[in-house]
Amino acid sequence: MPKSLLIISRQSPWSGPSAREALDIALAGGAFDLPLGMLFLDDGVLQLIPAQSASQLQQKDLTANLKALSMFGVEDLFACATSLAERGMLSTELSAEPLQVLRDQDIAALIDRYDQVITI
Amino acid sequence: MKFAIALYSPAHAPSSRRALLFAQAALAGGHEIVRLFFYQDGVHSASSNVVTPQDELDIPAQWRDFVTSNQLDGVVCIAAALRRGVLNKEEAERYSRPAANLAAPWDLSGLGQLHDAVQAADRLICFGGP
Repeated sequence: MPKSLLIISRQSPWSGPSAREALDIALAGGAFDLPLGMLFLDDGVLQLIPAQSASQLQQKDLTANLKALSMFGVEDLFACATSLAERGMLSTELSAEPLQVLRDQDIAALIDRYDQVITI
Repeated sequence: MKFAIALYSPAHAPSSRRALLFAQAALAGGHEIVRLFFYQDGVHSASSNVVTPQDELDIPAQWRDFVTSNQLDGVVCIAAALRRGVLNKEEAERYSRPAANLAAPWDLSGLGQLHDAVQAADRLICFGGP
């Protein structure tokens, strides 16, 4: 039984390479068919805003990588309800699917459920 | 216990020093380190071109000595390293760069090595942030 891994992504999409590098861990693990989950927390939820104009920052759009997660078998995607609310984001308008929005107490249980955790 | 240790911070970050101390303490306590994996800005600690003032702790040199003397598996993420200009001889030649700054005991490899370490270890311990 392979060990499960939760990747917690806490950085906004354009504040540096962290958002991309967290996604890369998920995509690499998905390619090996490992049991992975990904939680968007704090500024990490900003990655879920649809229709970002990455090209205006001379950046590549990350939403394509987000959509690739399910193709790589990473379908356990979670977002923190508090982080969304703090940033005025509606859970009905997020780009990753399928996505479960979790309250704080459920996040503690989620982290507990995984064998290993990486936070970036 | 089997530990996998991942480092995301650059050499000058306090968390990089904590990672080194943790790794040393793990071995001293009779534990095993299945792999060190340097990712994100952690790749800078594998550069052989870091010059630290003589009266300061030379983290890259300490890592190098630690990995060599304990014959550990020290892996540097190739994608993160290329992005940050940390290249071994093969990559410097491949991309026509004038110099290489990564050598033994470090290996450049992919994120699969991180997942492999996660599977092999009882605990994954990550050091990032300040």
